[in-house]
Amino acid sequence: MINLETPKKHRALIDQAHQVAMNMLRPISRKYDLGEHEYPKELDMLAAMIDGLSESGASEGAGATGVRRDESSDDKTVKNGANLASVLSVAEMCWGDTGLLLSMPRQGLGNSAIASVANDEQLKRFEGTWAAMAITEPGIGSDSANLSTTARKDGDEYVLNGEKIFVTSGERADCVVVWATLDKALGRAAIKSFVVEKGTPGMNVERLEHKLGIRASDTAVITFTDCRVPAANLLGSPEVDVKQGFAGAMATFDNTRPLVAAMAVGCARASLDLTRGLLEEAGVEIDYDRPAQLQSAAAAKFLQMEADWEAAQLLTMQAAWMADNRKPNSLEASMAKAKAGRVGSDITLSCVELAAGVGYSETELLEKWSRDSKILDIFEGTQQIQQLIVARRLLGLSSAELK
Amino acid sequence: MSLIRATKNAVAPGGKHGLSNRESRDPIGYAVLALNKLAQSELIDRMGLRKQTEQTVFTVTRSGFKVAGQAGRAFAKKGKKGADGVRVPAANAQGVFDLTPTDDEQMLVDVVSEFAAEALRPAAAEANETCVAPDDLLKSSLEIGLPILGVPEKLGGISEERSAMAGTLVAEALAKGDMGLAVAALAPGAVATALSLWGTDEQQSTYLPEFTGDDVPAAALALNESKVLFDVLKPSTQAVRAEGGYVLNGVKTLVPRGAQAELFIIGAELDGKNVLFLVESKAEGLLVEGDPAMGVRAASLAKITLQDVKVPADAILGATDGSTYLEAVRLSRLAWCALSIGTAQAVLDYVTQYVNERHAFGEPISHRQSVAFMVANIAIELQSMRLVTYKAAARAAQGKDFSREVALARKICGDKGMQIGLDGVQLLGGHGFVKEHPVERWYRDLRAVSLVEGGVLV
Repeated sequence: MINLETPKKHRALIDQAHQVAMNMLRPISRKYDLGEHEYPKELDMLAAMIDGLSESGASEGAGATGVRRDESSDDKTVKNGANLASVLSVAEMCWGDTGLLLSMPRQGLGNSAIASVANDEQLKRFEGTWAAMAITEPGIGSDSANLSTTARKDGDEYVLNGEKIFVTSGERADCVVVWATLDKALGRAAIKSFVVEKGTPGMNVERLEHKLGIRASDTAVITFTDCRVPAANLLGSPEVDVKQGFAGAMATFDNTRPLVAAMAVGCARASLDLTRGLLEEAGVEIDYDRPAQLQSAAAAKFLQMEADWEAAQLLTMQAAWMADNRKPNSLEASMAKAKAGRVGSDITLSCVELAAGVGYSETELLEKWSRDSKILDIFEGTQQIQQLIVARRLLGLSSAELK
Repeated sequence: MSLIRATKNAVAPGGKHGLSNRESRDPIGYAVLALNKLAQSELIDRMGLRKQTEQTVFTVTRSGFKVAGQAGRAFAKKGKKGADGVRVPAANAQGVFDLTPTDDEQMLVDVVSEFAAEALRPAAAEANETCVAPDDLLKSSLEIGLPILGVPEKLGGISEERSAMAGTLVAEALAKGDMGLAVAALAPGAVATALSLWGTDEQQSTYLPEFTGDDVPAAALALNESKVLFDVLKPSTQAVRAEGGYVLNGVKTLVPRGAQAELFIIGAELDGKNVLFLVESKAEGLLVEGDPAMGVRAASLAKITLQDVKVPADAILGATDGSTYLEAVRLSRLAWCALSIGTAQAVLDYVTQYVNERHAFGEPISHRQSVAFMVANIAIELQSMRLVTYKAAARAAQGKDFSREVALARKICGDKGMQIGLDGVQLLGGHGFVKEHPVERWYRDLRAVSLVEGGVLV
């Protein structure tokens, strides 16, 4: 039965996340935007609280870890599970602060990768770890199949060599999930992901980036020089299956893209909520029953933004709902990320414009949200990469045909 | 007034032929205008100097030809005066996020989709030209139960609970065939659903048996008026109390199948509140004329003029405090959103095939990102439209407040639906501009979504 309301069973979790966002993240939001690279120590306590909630069963994947597909128990009923819970709570936390959400201990994108492709033994071994994700290199971004970090098998170990950039929480996390190729000549099928623990000799954090937004989150440049990791840290199968190709590694994205879409949804809602209040104080009421073209330009713009926001939110929920119900969701995940990414930018930037000087000044957070939102249309696949994925799928074209 | 001034006023540019009142004519302009008047003279036609191209039989393709409303059947009064009508319960959702239609809804969608593909799509081009939906098509639409979708089972319909979601899915599926024909087929159902939602026992007993029987009357929900910046919540159509009832005055436009309709629901202001009135077509003072528009032409759009039309005291449908009227406006907008989704889906399906088949520079044009990304964006925005609309529809079916959700749905369906129509034509280039392909019709139809009020309702 078609129903697009927030699931009843997740409402308590979302309310909780909202309270945390409001009372824990917002008060320190500007502090860590200004103090880039300072460690947000307040988050340790928060992480402990979230762990406690997880153990008590009160929450169901409050962060990025809850994306593993449960293959057991298919009773044909419609599920609202960990994926929906994750996107909804992540959106709520990003309503608080996107940079701080990304800095949340044990909630890294690397954790999603582990949850998505690790075997059961690895899953158990890496439980409770905080994993960052390292894909991008100085020479490659979206074209991740063309990466040049190498992994050479040597006995019971792999030897990693290469440079990774834009590693979110690269310095703070306990370990980094690194994408590297076993044999560049074999193309994308030879790309595997490796869990490299912090302090492994040969792994070095070179520097932290200074950024436009999400400044509370550290973004590291990491080099690997003859860095030896146990063979058992290769996630998934070590076989190079040319037929399966990239599918294994890319499966991570089906799970992480809805999460990034959720971040854009949360960040944009922060702007919408505040702007609505500011507009009301300025005498602009939003009337849902009168057509936008009969209202003021500000109200009409607001209606358009809210409609786009609603769409982004529902596309994100759709992608997560499909994962919960074990339907393939690559297309929907990309649609959600494309829509949420561009809507996030439009909303946060337009809210600054509507609020004028109030929006542009650092006394309010609107200008910050409009800087934070930009990355969400870039990482985990840019807007253009999502459009490419959607287009190829719809048109039935290969990457050779539609470049 | 001097003759010159009178003549000047008659040919003043303001408001005619698409000229704004800021235009002015110089002497050459007047001379050209005079020549144009001559060119339009019927005299040269009678002398056989110009090929007669217009249709000689008046349908609704031409405006400015007023006739009385359909003589219509006699709706014999039945039922208990003042007693409440039958109502179906709201749908119960159990609080689970779900995008799967119920089995009943899926069955309906399957039947209607087949009907849309087999009957509506092939008839669409001609119906657009003639502004008339084929009789046999409308008959078939009755057979598959379109008018009784929102009528309670107890009253001979098929609705066990509030059917806004089913109605939305059905309107979407129909409009994938053709929006104009969908509106023509759905118009009687809009009136039947409104009677089911708000009618008294007497109103339901009087009118609904006609809709559930074999000879279903054409009927129309008339809310729209032709006014710049029209606000449906401030209709100029007025109702005043008169002895034993009310007197209505005003003009309703873009009314589907207005010339055939035997029963209207007319929106009017009464004592400062917006109210719906049941008006039979044979009422004295009710005049109909063709009101063809840019699109949705197969729905035989008409203008209804009400001149001192008297209706009895029990002609009011629903509440007199404005709440029923507002609910009808919202449910009608929801139906238009559903229609836009169906038509936008037709665009997506059509261009997907076209860009793969059309070659340029030695390969299919779909191999170019500028083309492929347009198709991707159509798909992304279409799904956006669909989900926002479904959310509003599901809330309506569950009896929840859906004012916010339907407003957002209308905004996104209006904006993105039009963009999809626009991109559809653009992707076909010159071929999109000619009537060999249906995309130009979809372009015209999709313009309706953000501005038309009434006509359909879920």
